[in-house]
Amino acid sequence: MNNQEHQGVFIFVEQIDGEAKGVSFELLGKGRELAAELNTQVTAVLPGYHVEELAKELAWYGADRVIMVDDPALETYMNEPYVKALTTVVETYKPEIILYGATAIGRDLAPRVSARVHTGLTADCTKLEIQEETSHLMMTRPAFGGNIMATILCPEHRPQMATVRPGVMRRCAKDETAVCPVEWMLIPDLAESKNVEILEILKKVSEKPDIMDANILVAGGRGMGCAGNFAMLEELADALGGTVAVSRAAVDSGWQGKEQQVGQTGKTVRPNLYIACGISGAIQHLAGMEESDIIIAINRDETAPIFEVADYGVVGDACKVVPLLTKAIKEFSGRSFL
Amino acid sequence: MNIIVCIKQVPDTTEVRLDPVTGTLIRDGVPSIINPDDKAGLEAALRLKDQYGAKVILVSMGPLQADAALREGLAMGADDAYLVSDRAFGGADTWATSSTLASAIRKIGGYDLIVTGRQAIDGDTAQVGPQIAEHLGLVNISYAEEVKVEGNAVIVKRQFEECYHMIRAKFPCLITALAELNEPRYMTPGGIKEAYQSKEVNMLTRADLDVEENNIGLKGSPTRVFKSFTKAVKGKGAVVKLDTAESVDWLMEKLQEKFII
Repeated sequence: MNNQEHQGVFIFVEQIDGEAKGVSFELLGKGRELAAELNTQVTAVLPGYHVEELAKELAWYGADRVIMVDDPALETYMNEPYVKALTTVVETYKPEIILYGATAIGRDLAPRVSARVHTGLTADCTKLEIQEETSHLMMTRPAFGGNIMATILCPEHRPQMATVRPGVMRRCAKDETAVCPVEWMLIPDLAESKNVEILEILKKVSEKPDIMDANILVAGGRGMGCAGNFAMLEELADALGGTVAVSRAAVDSGWQGKEQQVGQTGKTVRPNLYIACGISGAIQHLAGMEESDIIIAINRDETAPIFEVADYGVVGDACKVVPLLTKAIKEFSGRSFL
Repeated sequence: MNIIVCIKQVPDTTEVRLDPVTGTLIRDGVPSIINPDDKAGLEAALRLKDQYGAKVILVSMGPLQADAALREGLAMGADDAYLVSDRAFGGADTWATSSTLASAIRKIGGYDLIVTGRQAIDGDTAQVGPQIAEHLGLVNISYAEEVKVEGNAVIVKRQFEECYHMIRAKFPCLITALAELNEPRYMTPGGIKEAYQSKEVNMLTRADLDVEENNIGLKGSPTRVFKSFTKAVKGKGAVVKLDTAESVDWLMEKLQEKFII
C-alpha cells in the first residue's frame, strides 16, 4: 500500500439529536497535536441529518475542515448506513489517521469500517503519539484488564484507526473566532443500506449528573459497608459541590447504579479532586481515576493499593471520617462567608 | 433454528497480580474461564433453545487447551463444538482472528443466528464480533441486553450510553452479548458426563479452511504490538494513621492548602 497517498488526521464526530459527544471535542484537541507533528490538517467527519449548526462549533475546537454527510438515513445511529458513510469518506479522502470515541457507537462502528477497508484498529487508546523515525501513529492502550499497557502500530495499512477513551484527552481552548470550510458529501442510496428496523428508542432516565463532567468526585466502594452509607457521601459531595461516584464492587453489591461507576469497565474520570472512600483500589479502578489532579483516599486497610496513587491518605474507617469531614467543611465554609 | 456461539477461553484477569519486585504479570496459577460476555451469549442461545428449540453450536479459536472451554459449554447444554486451532493462526490481531473465525463459520454453515460476547476481558477490544459480521456480510447488533425471536427475525434490546434501541433484524444476523444479559446456568453432572463421553469437539485447522495466507495469523494482522509495559505508578503521597478527629483536621489542612475550600 502506498502510504504517502494517505494524508490528514480525521475525527469521527459523534452526535445524538444534534448534540456532539464531549469526546469528539477531545479528539479534535488531540488531532491538532498529531496534525501539527505530521504537518497536516484536522478534518472533522460529521454524519447526521440537519446538524450543520455543529460545524461551527467543531471549528472553535480545532477543526481545519468539516466533511458533512447529511442524510435522513443518518438521523439516528444505525450500524450499516454509518459504516457506509465512513468507508466512503475513507475511500474518497484517503486519510492517514482516523480517531473515534471509544463510546458504544464508536466501538460498534469502527470495527466494521476496519474490516471493510482492510486496516488495523486499536481499541480504547489512552495515549497517541507520532513515532519520530517512521511517522507512524503509536497507539497505547491498557491490556489484560488494565494490568499492562501495550503500544500498537499499524505500519503497512492506512488509515491508522483508533478508538480513544472519553475523558482521557484534553480538548483545546475554545476559539469562537475560528471558522473553517464545510464540504458537503452526498452518498447515493444511503437509505437502502438500512438493514435493521429500530422499533423503539427508550431513553434512560438519570437524575444524577454525569461523573465525567464533575470537578469533584466523592467515590465509595465496598468499604462503605452498605447502600445506606452512601447518603454520607452525598452529603460530603454536596458540601464540596461535587458528585458521587462508585467502584465496581459497590455496583456489583447493588448499592449504586452502573452509570456512576469509575474504572476499566466503567468511566474514566479526571476531576480536580477525587476522594476515594472505602475503595481498595483494584488496578481496574485505578485505570479509571489515577489521572485525577488530587486524590484523597480513606481506607481501613493501610496496605490497600489506593494509597499508592493517593496524594493524601488516611488510614481509618470512611464511615467515621466522612461525616466529621463534611461537618468540618460546612463549618469552614460557613465561617468564610461571614 | 441453528445458533452459532463464539466463545473465547481467557485468563481470569481479575485474578492477575503484578510481581511487586519485577513489575511483571504473574500468569502462573491464574484460572482459565469462558469469557463472561461470551458465556452470557451462550446462556442466551441456550434459553432460545429451551424456548423455541434450536441447535446450539460452539466455535472457539485458540490453542488446544481451549478444548476445556468448549467442553464446559457442551456440559451447559450446547449440542456441537468446533475448535479452530493451528499454529498458522497464532499471533492474530482482531482483523485476522475475525477473518479466520468467519471462514470457520462459513465452513460450518447453515446458521440463522451468530452470538458473540461484546468483548473479551483479556483484550477488551469489542472488535471481533462486528468484524465477523462484516466478513460474512451479515447485520450485527452490538450490546444485546435482551433477545427474543419472532418468526424469522430476532428482536434485541441493545444498550447505548443514554438510551436503549429495540431493534428487529432478519435472520441470518449476528448479535454481541453483554454479561448483564443473564445469569449463566451451571453445568449439570449429566451434562459433564455427556460433554466428555458422548459429545465431540471437532477440530478445524488451516487445511480445513478456505482462507488466504495473507489474512491469517501474525502475517494477516494489520496491527503489531510495538511494546508492552507496566504502568509507571505515580509517586506515593502522604499517608497518615491518626484518630478520626485528627485525620479530619489533617485533611482540612490539605484541602485549604490546595484551595479546594
